[in-house]
Amino acid sequence: MAELHVELVAADRKVWSGAATIVVARTASGDVGIMPGHTPVLSVLESGPVTIRTTDGGTVIAAVHGGFISFADNKVSLLAEIAELADEIDVNRAERALELAKSESDAHAERRAEVRLVAVGRKAA
Amino acid sequence: MGAQLRVYKRRIRSVTATKKITKAMEMISASRIVKAQRAVAASTPYADELTRAVTAVATRSNAKHPLTTENPTATRAAVLLITADRGLAGGYSSNAIKAAVVLSERLRAEGKDVVTYIVGRKGVSYYSFRNLPVAKSWTGFSDQPTYGDAKVVSADLIEAFTTETADGGVDELHLVSTRFESMLTQTPVDARLLPLKLDEVQLSDDRPAKSEIFPLYDFEPSAEGVLDALLPRYVESRIYNALLQSAASEHAARRRAMKSATDNAEELIKSLKRLANSARQAEITQEISEIIGGANALADANAGSE
Repeated sequence: MAELHVELVAADRKVWSGAATIVVARTASGDVGIMPGHTPVLSVLESGPVTIRTTDGGTVIAAVHGGFISFADNKVSLLAEIAELADEIDVNRAERALELAKSESDAHAERRAEVRLVAVGRKAA
Repeated sequence: MGAQLRVYKRRIRSVTATKKITKAMEMISASRIVKAQRAVAASTPYADELTRAVTAVATRSNAKHPLTTENPTATRAAVLLITADRGLAGGYSSNAIKAAVVLSERLRAEGKDVVTYIVGRKGVSYYSFRNLPVAKSWTGFSDQPTYGDAKVVSADLIEAFTTETADGGVDELHLVSTRFESMLTQTPVDARLLPLKLDEVQLSDDRPAKSEIFPLYDFEPSAEGVLDALLPRYVESRIYNALLQSAASEHAARRRAMKSATDNAEELIKSLKRLANSARQAEITQEISEIIGGANALADANAGSE
């Protein structure tokens, strides 16, 4: 079966790369799932969780804040200013950040913290 | 102990203490260069992917964007100068400042007003000492810049660029930074960042992007929308790269400056030791001749009385 080659890169490091069967990400026009053979696409990512199903049956979930997804020739590039794998996220810290953001009504920070928690939640589920 | 000898001893002690400090700074910088180089390398995948995406949009659509539109009657140009926060880095900061001054003169000769933006305390103090106007400055992160720092800097610059010239905006943005060529060579470079020339988009290490055939992308939400989101990121990533390269250069320059300071201190200690030794020898010789002279005089006096 054809597989995707996925690169998830943040501004200051490469977060994850490997082979996958499907990548689900939230773009400006809604969630998209990309499987091998998809038409070439380049779109803007919203803050949201990205789910990557690897070829060996595993799942990689990352919280991604702002960036792009580009797909061509079965190569997916996910570029994000900030990207964190669910395993790297400190739940307590994210919860604290969420409360702080809510009390200061900082919509961006609130969204970031929420996305982190969602990513961790999906990983656990 | 003679006065001369005491003076030499004191100077040797003080130079030895200085040497210890410069040696320590040399070693600290040496370890930080490696870290800084690693940071440059770690940011490369993002910069390269971003460059590919920008080139793809540029070749596949002829969308116009404010950040790429050239103003034929440019009257105001911004210069972003990247220097160090701390000194003792040899000619690092002054070379970058010199490059910025030369660039500013060139822009003025072209009939443009120059607006200066500065990163790093050294550049700020150069401009404030000469009472030169600085539009905005950022300090405190020159040796370990993060992407967040680059974002803050570029947000202001992009805002200035998108503002109408009449309202205090600028038509061009130039970047003066120091490129890390090797441990021994760091060259100050200036480049025009905005307006972007999409046909000569460059990779992070200044290789021209290789011309590949791009697939027919579907742009979501639209080519304009994608470009809108991509270009500011591209500018940020260019500034981030310049900050990282400058940080690596700063550490390399400091290491070299401190190495030559250590060598000089060693040299100085050696020659001071020689001087101290000969002063001590002279003192001993003098003492001996005084004793002999005294003994002779005593012997002569005794011989005369008998």
